[in-house]
Amino acid sequence: MRRRLLPRPLLSLSVFLIWALITNAASLALLVLGGLLAIVVPHLAAPFWPEPPHLVRPLSALRFLAVFAVDIVTANWRVARQVIGPLHRLSPAFVEVPLDLRDPFVATLLASVVSLTPGTVAIDVDRQGWILLVHALDAPDPQALIDEIKERYEQPLREIFAC
Amino acid sequence: MSPLRETLIAALIVLGALFVLLGSIGLARLPDFLTRLHGPTKATTVGVGAILLASAIFFSGSESSAISLHELAILLFLFITAPVTAHLLAKAALHRQLPGTDVADAETPANDKREAPD
Amino acid sequence: MLTAALEIAFVLIALAQALNLYRLLRGPDLCDRILALDTLGISAIALLVLFGIRSANTAYFEVALLLALLGFVGTVALCKFLLRGDIIE
Repeated sequence: MRRRLLPRPLLSLSVFLIWALITNAASLALLVLGGLLAIVVPHLAAPFWPEPPHLVRPLSALRFLAVFAVDIVTANWRVARQVIGPLHRLSPAFVEVPLDLRDPFVATLLASVVSLTPGTVAIDVDRQGWILLVHALDAPDPQALIDEIKERYEQPLREIFAC
Repeated sequence: MSPLRETLIAALIVLGALFVLLGSIGLARLPDFLTRLHGPTKATTVGVGAILLASAIFFSGSESSAISLHELAILLFLFITAPVTAHLLAKAALHRQLPGTDVADAETPANDKREAPD
Repeated sequence: MLTAALEIAFVLIALAQALNLYRLLRGPDLCDRILALDTLGISAIALLVLFGIRSANTAYFEVALLLALLGFVGTVALCKFLLRGDIIE
């Protein structure tokens, strides 16, 4: 019964929390409506998303979020300095990062994380060879960038979602 | 409003606006499309983020609501959509074969300097 | 102090908007224009939020949220169009 009503508890919780954020949790009626949405929306979304990820380590996820938040700020500082500095010193490059993970959702997550951090934009995930194509604003040493992405972001994500 | 809170809000506002400007400078100044993509997708997102944070602090504790968090909804939305936009734009650029989007020689350091900016 | 900070921020973002507009008009490719349009939208969100703070009015929040949603959908639709020559497959 519980599984049929709430097939994805985490998704339901996220829907409810986002609803509470948008409405500023202003009244009880709005919260009840949010509860209804939290039940209905996962059912409507299920056909688009047949294999939900398994969050096995919520605590590591929190730590990852903290690291990620600090990285975003430092990354922006760096990009900001590069943008106003001399442009000829930049060496933009495509970098191919071979992935160890094998889950489309986690790969998407990794691509988003890469796009939001240090001068890198994820362009494509090749799902035959599991290669992440990244464009870097300034990558004098592509191998170092590959190692950084793998160690700093892919490793924790694989642990968090066990894939 | 306490002076400390006012200072914090003012600092966040100016910092945010500065980052928005820096992102746009990147957009206007960088030499080819893929490098231009880096400015707005990051600096602007964080700039708007700081301003939204200032707004959340400003409206918390005002007469209408004890705590104001709905700015965080916009922030969350921007952080989810910015990578998607960047990804789609990059794919479109590759599809149209813009200058500087030749992927064939990725990861070979000797070729990295192939198109020095300016 | 808050008023001064708001004035400075308005000027900075207006400059940013001018630069976005420059890129929007200059191009050279459609991709650049779409990126410029998207950035214009995001900076407009910042402006709206600042207006909200200045007038101490929470109504601007809804406008900002709507602009964020519409800007994203618009950008995705334009990119799809460039990629496939068609928006709905």
